[in-house]
Amino acid sequence: MEQTSRISLRPLITPFNMILGIIIAMGCIITILRFTGGLAAVTHLDDNNPWGIWIGFDLLCGVALAAGGYTTSAACYIFGLKRFHAAVRPAILTAFLGYALVVLALHYDVGRPWRLPFPIFWQQGTTSLLFEVGLCVFLYLSVLFVEFTPAAFEWLGFSKIRAFIVKLTLVLTILGVVLSTLHQSSLGALYTIVPSKLHPLWYSGYLPVYFFVSSIFAGLSMVIFEGSLAHKYLHHKMDETHIKEAHGVILGFGKSASFIMAGYLAIKIIGLSVDNNWHYLFTDYGAWFLIELIGFVALPSFVYAIGVREKNIRLIQWTSLWTVFGIVLNRFNVSLIAFNWQLSSAERYFPGWMEIAISLFIVAIGIVAYRLATHFLPILHEHPEYQAH
Amino acid sequence: METIFYTLQDFLTHSKGITYLIMGGILVFMPLYWLFLTDRDEKKETY
Repeated sequence: MEQTSRISLRPLITPFNMILGIIIAMGCIITILRFTGGLAAVTHLDDNNPWGIWIGFDLLCGVALAAGGYTTSAACYIFGLKRFHAAVRPAILTAFLGYALVVLALHYDVGRPWRLPFPIFWQQGTTSLLFEVGLCVFLYLSVLFVEFTPAAFEWLGFSKIRAFIVKLTLVLTILGVVLSTLHQSSLGALYTIVPSKLHPLWYSGYLPVYFFVSSIFAGLSMVIFEGSLAHKYLHHKMDETHIKEAHGVILGFGKSASFIMAGYLAIKIIGLSVDNNWHYLFTDYGAWFLIELIGFVALPSFVYAIGVREKNIRLIQWTSLWTVFGIVLNRFNVSLIAFNWQLSSAERYFPGWMEIAISLFIVAIGIVAYRLATHFLPILHEHPEYQAH
Repeated sequence: METIFYTLQDFLTHSKGITYLIMGGILVFMPLYWLFLTDRDEKKETY
């Protein structure tokens, strides 16, 4: 008996799991500090910088990288590209966890988290972009939850309710695309209120368009990246269909991401030209802007194209990680690095170690939840009683 | 480096003029990029 329990516990104690455990334990302690001592006890936020890394990383990057849910389900159910079907459930799971963790992170960031439902149920600020973002995230998280439930119902054996939810798939997908279009762009639109604070190279009237278009290739890249990790570490959980369709998903999504990134590069140049901001390119911020635009948009787009032409799966997988970094860099630039650019360095924001630890804590919870879900639920394989293929 | 504009008309004529030229370039570039991206795809029968 004792030997059996030791054997079943052994795979749990790995270096990666131990690091995850340390991060989660540290996060729990900082959580207590945050909710007993307030924001000042754990953050470097002040009146000049009321939004820090919990907004720049947890919210902006979290929402952009969770866009794989609506892009994959739209590709499969709206555009009829059924060859991507195997990627839908993992993408929906990633999106659901991503949005759930965005809402969790918001509880840390807002001063009075128990008032988060107020804008939805008590007092609607219908002229505020933040209200629109809040409403869309609330509704989209609910849609993702419903989209995710068939996997849980299959596991639980609730076939009737599962069949009812599956009939709603197209409606839920359309709702997902509409709500995502609204709030992905509104997150960019939030920054149009600060033309004097955001550097002109990043400030643009097209910010909502930039955020929306970049979310599409962020989501596609995240699906490729997350799929690559799943193939490496959760291969034993995958069925034959999933393994067979994986290369097609990587090539198809790589091709789409490459072309959309080229389009994104084009509209960024148009934005630069419309505002006549060329002269800023010859400053320090200009060099940083070019690093972002050429190093993390133009080059990955081209490398994706090379990978697709040569059917080089490994190259596309690495490029997806490169693109994910690019999206994180872009959101950091808009919300932190190019924000308050005219202030002296003493007045600028740099996150405290406890803020970074909470962000890592949120990511760690996501990894644990993903592993638990893929362990118990038919995410990377089809349930034998409900096979679509 | 920075051009000085005395009227909004001057500014818009300048910035829009350059933008339209860039948009023309993009209209040529994007289809070419699509061909580059797809020219090794297996040909599908479309009849």
